[in-house]
Amino acid sequence: MNSTAKPMATVYVPRDSAARSVGADDVADALRQAAARGDFALDVVRNGSRGMLWLEPLVEVVTPHGRVGYGPVAPSDVEGLLAAGMLDGADHPLRLGVVDELPWLARQNRVTFARVGVTDPLSTDDYLAHGGLAGLRAALERPPADVVAEVTSSGLRGRGGAGFPAGIKWKTVLECADELKFVCCNADEGDSGTFADRMVMEGDPFMLIEGMTIAAHAVGASEGYLYIRSEYPDAVATMRAAIGIAREHGWLGKGILGSTLDFELHVRVGGGAYICGEETSMLESLEGKRGTVRAKPPIPAIEGLFGRPTVVNNVLTLATVPVVLASGARAYAELGVERSRGTQVFQLGGNIAHGGIVETAFGVTLRELVEDYGGGTFTGRPVRTVQVGGPLGAYLPTSMFDLPMDYEAFAAAGAMVGHGGVVVFDDTVDMAAQARFAMEFCAAESCGKCTPCRVGSVRGVEVIDKIVAGRHRDENLALLEDLCDLMTDGSLCAMGGLTPMPVRSALTHFHDDFLAREPDQGANSRQPSGTRTEGTA
Amino acid sequence: MTTSASDVTVESVVRNAAAGHRGQRGALLPVLHAVQAELGHVPQEAIAVLADEFNLSRADVHGVVTFYHDFRRESAGRTTVRICRAEACQALGADGLVAYAREAGLALGETTADGAVTVEQVFCLGNCALGPAAEVNGRLYGRVDPARLGSLLDGTVSS
Repeated sequence: MNSTAKPMATVYVPRDSAARSVGADDVADALRQAAARGDFALDVVRNGSRGMLWLEPLVEVVTPHGRVGYGPVAPSDVEGLLAAGMLDGADHPLRLGVVDELPWLARQNRVTFARVGVTDPLSTDDYLAHGGLAGLRAALERPPADVVAEVTSSGLRGRGGAGFPAGIKWKTVLECADELKFVCCNADEGDSGTFADRMVMEGDPFMLIEGMTIAAHAVGASEGYLYIRSEYPDAVATMRAAIGIAREHGWLGKGILGSTLDFELHVRVGGGAYICGEETSMLESLEGKRGTVRAKPPIPAIEGLFGRPTVVNNVLTLATVPVVLASGARAYAELGVERSRGTQVFQLGGNIAHGGIVETAFGVTLRELVEDYGGGTFTGRPVRTVQVGGPLGAYLPTSMFDLPMDYEAFAAAGAMVGHGGVVVFDDTVDMAAQARFAMEFCAAESCGKCTPCRVGSVRGVEVIDKIVAGRHRDENLALLEDLCDLMTDGSLCAMGGLTPMPVRSALTHFHDDFLAREPDQGANSRQPSGTRTEGTA
Repeated sequence: MTTSASDVTVESVVRNAAAGHRGQRGALLPVLHAVQAELGHVPQEAIAVLADEFNLSRADVHGVVTFYHDFRRESAGRTTVRICRAEACQALGADGLVAYAREAGLALGETTADGAVTVEQVFCLGNCALGPAAEVNGRLYGRVDPARLGSLLDGTVSS
C-alpha cells in the first residue's frame, strides 16, 4: 500500500455462499458505491469466510495493526461504519477487534483452513504468498512411493466419514500396473450439518487442486474428477474458475511445474441424489449411470472409475495433503490423539449461537465445541441433544458431552465422528420425530439396490408411527430393534447400514419421547419435559 | 414418434448438448444438465435422442433421468423455492416454513396453477450454521423465518 495523501484501504467482504446468504453481496455493493462516489478510497476484495458464520457478513479492514473486523454488517450499516472511520480501524458498536486475535479463532489450530477467509480464493499471488504449491513442489521432487509413504506416516485418515487411512488406499492404487488411473474427489457433501467441503472449494480452491495433483503424482494417475453436488452452485463456479486459472499457470495440464507430470482435472455436477456421496455410487454417477451402490470387493482402488484403479478421497482429505507434504508427516502426526492424528474440521450447525468452522486437534470434547465455541443454542433454550456425523450419526444427550472427539472413542460409545458435523437441538426437539425422519430420509434417498435399506426404511417409518401412537407398543419396539439389526447387518452400504444409528441413539437416550401421544392412551401418555430421565445413566 | 416442431427443437437441443460433450467420459449427466438448462426440463422426447447419442437403450436413459431428483420431467414455475428440510434446519424451525408455504397454498413438490411458483424440499444447502435456509431461483438465503419466506415468495425481496 502506498502512503500518498489518500491511501487506498483494502476491505475484505466474504464471497462464501453462507455470507452471501445473509447479505454479503449487498454490503460489498454499498462499499463500492461509497468508493465510486469518491467519498472514500477503498478496494473491496472478496475473500473466503473465516468460518465465524454468526458474524457474517464479516467485513475486515487492513490496518497497520492487522485486519480489523466488523460484523455482522448489514448494508444499511455501511454508511455509518465509513463515517465512523472504519477504514482506519476505528471504534464502532460492530467493531470486533483484530480478527486473528479473536479468541474463537486464536484458540483453533487451522491447518487445512489456514488460508480460508484470509486470501482471495482465485488469486494465484495470494495463494503463493501464503505457502501455496510448497506441498506439490516437495512431492514432485520425490518418487511416488516416497510421497505415498509420507502420507501414510502422517496418519491422515479419510475425512468423508469412514476414516480409512489415506496412504494405504494410495499404495493400493500405486501398485496397480494399469496405464490409466484416476483420482476422484468426492465433493458430494450431502450430510446436514457439514459445510467444510463447500467452504474449502469456495474459499481455497487451489489447495484442493494441489492436493489432487499430488495424489495423481503419488499413484500415477493422469485424469481427475471432482464430483460436486448440484446444491453447491457457488462451489462449482469457483472450482471451475480456479481450474481454468491453474491450467493457465501450468499448475494443471501437461508438464506440471516443469516436471514430467501430466494431469487433467474435470468438474462434474451431481444430480441431487444423497446416495452419490457413497464412493461407489459416485463412481457410477461419474460414469453416467444411476447412482446405485456397487458391492465391494472389488474395491475402487483396484477397480474404480470405468474399471480402472481409482483414488477416491473426500475434499478435506485431499485438501490436507499439501500441508502434509509441505511441513512433513511428523509435524502433522504430532497433532491429535491415539489413532486419530492431525486436526479435524468440526462444523457447528443447527440451533447454535456461534456456528461455524472449528479446526482443532482431535480429542476436543463435545462440551468444548457446543458450549465454549458454540455458546449454546441460538434460541437461548437449553441444549437437549446434538447429532454428530451427519444424518446417519448418533443423537447424543448432554450427559455424554465429555466424550473426546476421536474416531475410536466415538465408535466405542455407539456413535461416529463422521465428517465432523455437530448439529445442536434445543429442548423443544421431539426425538421420536427425529428418529422417524432418519427412516424417512433413508426411504427417500436409498438407491434401491438392497432390500434392507429400500424396504427396511419404509417399514421403519411405519413402525415408529405405531409406537408413538401406542399401538402394540412393546411388540413394535421389539420389531424396530430387529429391523435395526437387519438394516445394520444386511445393507450394502452405510446408507441403510447406519440409518439405525440415529434411530437407536434416540431410543436409548430419549426413550420417553417414544411414549404414546394420544391422551386416551392413559398411562402411556407422554411425560412433561421436567421429568425426563434421559441420559442420566 | 411424432415429428412436431417441438420435437425437432428438442432433438436439436439434445444433439447440440451431446456434441458439446463429445469426447468426455460418461457424459450423460453433464448432457442432461445442459438439456435441462436449455429447456427447463428433460422432456420425454429427449429420451430416445439421448439413447441414440449414447448408444444406450431408452430404458437405460429413462432410468438415469428418473434416478436423480434434479432432472425435471416438466418445467418448474417461474420462481423455484427450495426449503431445506435437513436436520440442522429442522433444529431452527424448517418444518414451520413448510407449514407456512402449505398454508399459503403451496404444497411441496407442486407448482401453482398459474405457473408462478414451485416449492420443493431439499436436503441440505450447506448453510447449516445460518438456518433455516432456503434457495430461491438458485440464490441462497439464511436465517429464513416465515415472514422472510413470505416476502421471498412474493418476490418483494430484491435480488
